[in-house]
Amino acid sequence: MPNEKESSSAAMNRTVVERKSDRELVVTRTFDAPVHIVFEAWSKPELFRLWWVPKSAGMSLISCDMDIRTGGTYRLEFRHPAFDQPMAFFGTYREVTPNKRIVWTNEESDDGAMTTVTFEEHAGKTLVTFHELYPTTAALEEALAGSAEGLPEQFAQLDELLADRS
Amino acid sequence: MVHYQARLDATFAALADVTRRGVLEQLGGSDASITDLAEKFDMTLTGMKKHISILEQAGLVTTEKIGRVRTCKLGRRRLEEEAAWIERHRQLWSARFDALDELVEHLKRKEKANAQRKRK
Repeated sequence: MPNEKESSSAAMNRTVVERKSDRELVVTRTFDAPVHIVFEAWSKPELFRLWWVPKSAGMSLISCDMDIRTGGTYRLEFRHPAFDQPMAFFGTYREVTPNKRIVWTNEESDDGAMTTVTFEEHAGKTLVTFHELYPTTAALEEALAGSAEGLPEQFAQLDELLADRS
Repeated sequence: MVHYQARLDATFAALADVTRRGVLEQLGGSDASITDLAEKFDMTLTGMKKHISILEQAGLVTTEKIGRVRTCKLGRRRLEEEAAWIERHRQLWSARFDALDELVEHLKRKEKANAQRKRK
């Protein structure tokens, strides 16, 4: 099944997902642009909201408050037709270093991960590393088993992908 | 793909219920009969049978009838589940990063155009 994606042009830039350890998940991707552009797309709310929820079937981002600076907070709310209530994701930026690093907490649950994104420029291209560190192995297992709760989001992405392929 | 999605669908539907997650946790400790589970979760035999049947369809639980007792145990899905979880993450992030890629391309072209305008 992964092969279908490989033939598309976007597959030139592979997104790699790895479970690094019992408590860590890592996603990497290289973008063909200097770091200041990639960082801008990530750190400006009006740009961030254009890609964080890929123009999806069903799922919509109803609010997106991001105060991107060290100590600032964020709150994203999504709505999905299958659910009465919007889903909220929120937390605090622990570190924001322009063109280098953003670190934030995920405070929807007590066992939320700490997320670190790093940006590294090499010869005009930018390597983005998205790293989630869960407080305990149990918390990652919980995310694994309990990901049913994050279902609408995931399915929206699946719908999107399926629509793209057909 | 459709088959894969249908399977994920069944898994997530099965996991979306707090009682069924409790049952999985219970069975992680030891096998149990439907009667045991119904008692433990304070519910009717029929209610528990329904839950078990959903877990069974998702491949998370297997059952075996010996005599008059139906014993439930965890299915062999844990590793598969993990693989599925990673795969869903990959799909989510591929979709996200493809969109970011498009945006980044757009910003790059805009910046180039601006720079050329300035030079003129």
